[in-house]
Amino acid sequence: MGDVIGIGAAPKRKEDQRFLTGRGNYVSDIKRAGMTAGVFIRSPHAHAVLRGIDKSAALAAPGVIAVLTGDDVAADGLGSLPCGWGISDAKGVPMKEPPFPMLAQGKVRFVGDLVAFVVAETVEQANVAAELVEVDYEVLSSVVGVLDAVRPGAPQLFDDVPSNICCDWELGDKAAVETAFQKAAHVAKLSLTNNRLIGNPMEPRAAIAEYEPGTDRYTLWSTSQFPHVVRFLMGALVLKIPQHKLRVVAPDVGGGFGVKQFHYGEEAVITWAAKRVMRPIKWVASRSEGYVSDRHGRDHVTEAELALDENGKFLALRVKTLANMGGYLSTFGPNIPTNLYGPLLGGVYTTPAIYCNVKVVFTNTVPVDAYRGAGRPEATFVVERIVDVAASEMGIDRVELRRRNMIPKEAYPYQTPVLVQYDSGDPVGCLDGALVAGDVKNFGARKAASERKGKFRGLGFSTYVEACGLAPSRFAGRLGARGGLYESATVRVHPAGQVTVLIGTHNHGQGHETTFAQIVSDKLGVPFDNVDIVFGDTDRVQFGMGTYGSRSLVVGGAALSKAADKVIVKGKKIAAHLLEASEQDIQFEAGKFSVAGTDRIKTFEEIAGAAYVPHDYPLEVLEPGLEEQAYYDPVNFTYPGGCHIAEVEIDPETGTVTLVNYTAVDDVGTVINPMIVEGQLHGGIVQGVGQALYENAVYDETSGQLVSGSLMDYCMPRADHMPMMKVETHSTLCTHTPMGVKGCGEVGTIGSPAAVINAVVDALSHLGVTHVDMPATPNRIWRLIQNASVPIAAE
Amino acid sequence: MKAFAYHQPGQIPEAAKLLAAEPDSKLVAGGMTLIPTLKQRLASPPALIDLSKLPGLKGCTDNDATITIGAMTTHAEVAKSSLVRARIPALAALASQIGDPSVRNRGTICGSVANNDPAADYPAGVLGLAATIITNEREIAADNFFRGLFETALKPGEIITAVRFPVPLLAGYAKFKAPASRYALVGVFVAKFRDGVRVAVTGAGPGVFRVPPMEHALSQGFDPASIAAIRIDTDNLTSDIHAEADYRAHLVTVMAKRAVQAALSERPAS
Repeated sequence: MGDVIGIGAAPKRKEDQRFLTGRGNYVSDIKRAGMTAGVFIRSPHAHAVLRGIDKSAALAAPGVIAVLTGDDVAADGLGSLPCGWGISDAKGVPMKEPPFPMLAQGKVRFVGDLVAFVVAETVEQANVAAELVEVDYEVLSSVVGVLDAVRPGAPQLFDDVPSNICCDWELGDKAAVETAFQKAAHVAKLSLTNNRLIGNPMEPRAAIAEYEPGTDRYTLWSTSQFPHVVRFLMGALVLKIPQHKLRVVAPDVGGGFGVKQFHYGEEAVITWAAKRVMRPIKWVASRSEGYVSDRHGRDHVTEAELALDENGKFLALRVKTLANMGGYLSTFGPNIPTNLYGPLLGGVYTTPAIYCNVKVVFTNTVPVDAYRGAGRPEATFVVERIVDVAASEMGIDRVELRRRNMIPKEAYPYQTPVLVQYDSGDPVGCLDGALVAGDVKNFGARKAASERKGKFRGLGFSTYVEACGLAPSRFAGRLGARGGLYESATVRVHPAGQVTVLIGTHNHGQGHETTFAQIVSDKLGVPFDNVDIVFGDTDRVQFGMGTYGSRSLVVGGAALSKAADKVIVKGKKIAAHLLEASEQDIQFEAGKFSVAGTDRIKTFEEIAGAAYVPHDYPLEVLEPGLEEQAYYDPVNFTYPGGCHIAEVEIDPETGTVTLVNYTAVDDVGTVINPMIVEGQLHGGIVQGVGQALYENAVYDETSGQLVSGSLMDYCMPRADHMPMMKVETHSTLCTHTPMGVKGCGEVGTIGSPAAVINAVVDALSHLGVTHVDMPATPNRIWRLIQNASVPIAAE
Repeated sequence: MKAFAYHQPGQIPEAAKLLAAEPDSKLVAGGMTLIPTLKQRLASPPALIDLSKLPGLKGCTDNDATITIGAMTTHAEVAKSSLVRARIPALAALASQIGDPSVRNRGTICGSVANNDPAADYPAGVLGLAATIITNEREIAADNFFRGLFETALKPGEIITAVRFPVPLLAGYAKFKAPASRYALVGVFVAKFRDGVRVAVTGAGPGVFRVPPMEHALSQGFDPASIAAIRIDTDNLTSDIHAEADYRAHLVTVMAKRAVQAALSERPAS
C-alpha cells in the first residue's frame, strides 16, 4: 500500500529503481524480429555541390539491403523537414525558409549533413558498404562565423537568401530608446560573443522504425523529448503518413537538454526506409556522429549599450545581435535568438525602453536550435554583464546599482517594454538571501587569503529572470508559432483505486514519475506507490507537446492537476448518490468523500469500485468509469528567477580559473519535490559553468570542419570542477498556474554563466580587464594577464 | 570495427614470430589507444597479438641502483607499487595521474612508451630518468628511443619487455592537464642525479624533448628560481584550440619550476 506522499515531500525517485539497477529500456535496448541495421553517410565537407552518388559497389557488398539518397526522397515526393516557427522582420516580411531535405539534394551545407542511408543485415556490413558509396563532391568555399557570413562576397548557402540573412528581426521602441540615449548621463557599451555549445546528452540519439503491412502502420522508436510532435511533423508534413497509421514511441531517454526536442532527418529517413525494405531498421548514433548532427546551441555575436542617468537609473538598453542558425532552419531554430531572447532583455530591472535587433544568419555549420535555457541564457548574459560594466565605469557598487534598478516586489505584475508581463517575483529578496548565503560580507578576507597564496579572487553576481512554462498558445501564435503549446493529461483511476496517469510530457531525467505521482497522491489522497506515470508513446498517451522550456510541471502538471480535479468532481457525484446526500454537501479530503458535518464517508477506493461496478449508481445522469482528461493552455509564461553568486580563484601563472564557491537563491514558485528541484538547479548550474569556463564548439574557418569534434577536445564540466553548491529557494507563487509553480529546469543554466564571468572579470579588474569572453580558458586568461602586463608606455 | 585475426601467444618468441609473419599486425597491451582507433575504423590491422599471456612481463623489481618495470605492468600497479613509491616516488605520482581509473587499470607502461603519444605522461618520465627500454632483441637508451610524433626506435617485430629506471637523488613531475582530454597540455619531469639534472617535457611539442638550458641551470642550483627566467623557443611547439605555442612555452617554465618544487618536497630517495 504505502503512504500518501504529497506536495513538498522529497521521496526518492521512482524511476531510479530501474535506472540505477541497469533495467532502463532505451531505444538501443530494443530488438525487433528481423531487424536490420542502418548507417548514415554524412558530408565530410562544409559546403559542396553533390555531383553524383555511385552506390553500385555498396549495393553489391555482402548483406546490403538498400542504399538510399536524396534522389530517392525526391522521387517519392516527400516533404522537407519543417520549421515550427515562422518569424518576420519589422515590416512583416516573413523569414527566408529554404527547404531542409531529409537527405541532401543538390548541395550539402555543413559537415555532418545527411547524404545517404545504407541498410544492411548487420552494422558492420552497413559500415563496410558505406565506405563503398562513392560521392562526387564539388567543394565550395564555406563560412562558419556570423560576422563573416554577412560580409559582402561571403559564400552564399542559398541562392535566394542574400547575405545569408534569414531574418532581420527587431523588437521594442527604437525611437524611444534613441531619445533616452540622447539624454543619458552615461552610456556603457559591451561587445561580446556567446559561445557555441554542444548538448552532449549521455545517451546518443537512436531510432528504430518498423512497418507492418498487415495494418499499414508504422512505428518509430526514437530518443525524442516530444513523440507526439514528431508524429505530427514527420507524419503530416514530411512523409505524408496519416496520424492514425503512425506510432511514435520515446521510451527511456538518457538526457535531452533540448538536443532531442527536434524532428531530425534521421527519424524521417529510417521510417521511410523501413517500408521500402519491409524490415525493421535500427540506427544508433556514435558520439562522433552526435557532435556533427545534434543541433548546437547559442553562438551569438552581440553589441550592447546601456543608457543611465546620473544616479545610475537605467534609461534604455539597445542590443544588436548576429545569431548563427547553421546550415538550415531546425524545428525551433529561428524562435530561439528572437522570441526567447529579446523579451528577456528587461531582466529584473525597470529599464523603461529597450530595442533589440537580431539578424538570424545561415552558416555552414550544424543547425543551431534550443539548448537548455535557449535564448534566455544569452539575454541574461548580455544584461548581467553590461550592468557590471556600467557599475564599474560609473564607480557605483554593482550590488547597489542592481538594487537601484530592480523591480520592487510590490510592483508585480510588471509590464516590461518587451512584450512580457511578469506576474510575480521578488528580485530584492533573492539578492538579499544570496548575499547572506554566499557570505559576501567576508569576501574581502577570502580574497586577501588568496592573494597571500599568489592567487587572484573574484566575486560575480547574476540577478536574473527567465520566461518558462512554454507557452501560452495564443501569445506564441502571434509571435510565429505554428503549433499549440498546451499540454494534456489523463487520470485513469482503476477499479481498485490505483491510478495511471497518461501525460504528454516526456521524462528523460527530470524525475516526472516522482513529481507527478506526488501531485496525484496529494490531490486524490492515494498512496504514492499506487500511481504510475505513463508517457512517451503516441498509442498510449492521448496527445502532448513534450518536454522542453521548463514546461513539464508548469503546463503538464497543470493539466494533471485539472484532470485530478475532474476526478474529484465526478467522485463527489458518485459519493452523493451512495451517501444519499446532495452533491454540494460532499467534501473530499485525504482520500475520503464525506457528507459535511457527518461521519458518513466513502473512501476513494470505494468510489472507484462503484464507478466500475455500477450496480448502485446514477446511470441515468452519470457515465460509469472513473477516468478524466484535461488539456491546459497557460495564460502567460512563468517567470522564475533569482540571484546567483559565483566566487572564483585564478592562478595567474597558468591562467586557470577555479570555481571555489557557488550560491544560488532562486524563486521557482511552489516546490513539489525539493530534492528534485535541488538536483535540477545543480545540473543547470553545472551546465552554465560549463559554458562559462570549459565548453566551446570550434569550427575551422577555412575548411568548415568541427575542430572540437569529440570529448577529447570539447571540454564538458566534471564533478571535480565544481565546489559544493549552496542552493536555496526564495519563492513567490505564480499567480496563474494551478499550483503556483514556475518551473526550474533551466534556471541554473540561465543564471550561472553571467555570475561566473562577472567573477572572473572581478578577479582581473585590477589589471584593467573589463570583459572576458566565454569560455574563460587558461590560455585566454593567461593572454589577458599578459596583455595587461604590457607596459602602458607602449601605447 | 573491421574484422581481424586474434592471437594470444604464450611465449615471447612466438609473439615475435606472429608479428614478423604479418608485419601490419598490432601488438595489444592495454589497448587504450588501439581499441578506440579500431572502433572508429581508423585502423584495420589484419591481426591483433595480445601480449597478456606472455610470462614475466608484469611487476616491479629492485636492482639497487635501478628498478625495472615489466612491460605489461599497468599504470595503477606502478602508482601503488611500494617499491616505486619508495625509490622513485615521482614516477608513481606520474602513473597516478594518467587518464582515469579505468585507463590506469588497463593501460600499461610498454603500451604508452611504444605508442609515444606526444601528450602521454610516461615518455617524460622515461626520458627524464634516462631509462633504458629493454626489448626482446636489445636495450635502447631513452635518449635514442623517442623519435617524434608516435615514432620510436622500435624495429618491425620488436617487442618491449621492460623499462629499467636509474634511481635518482630527487625527481618530480608536474602536469598541466588539457582541459578536455586530461592528457598533458604540458608535463615536465625533472630528475636530479649525481652527475647532473635532466628535464624532459611532454605535451608541448610533437614529441617528448629535453631542455638543456634548464638542465644546466638546475645542475648549478636545484631550485625553482634557477629556471624561472628560462623561456623555451616556440618554434617547435604545438599550437591548437586549447593552447597557443607561446602559452605552452610559458607553461613549460611554470611546470618545470613546479616539478623542481615537487622534487624538493619529497623525501630524498635512499
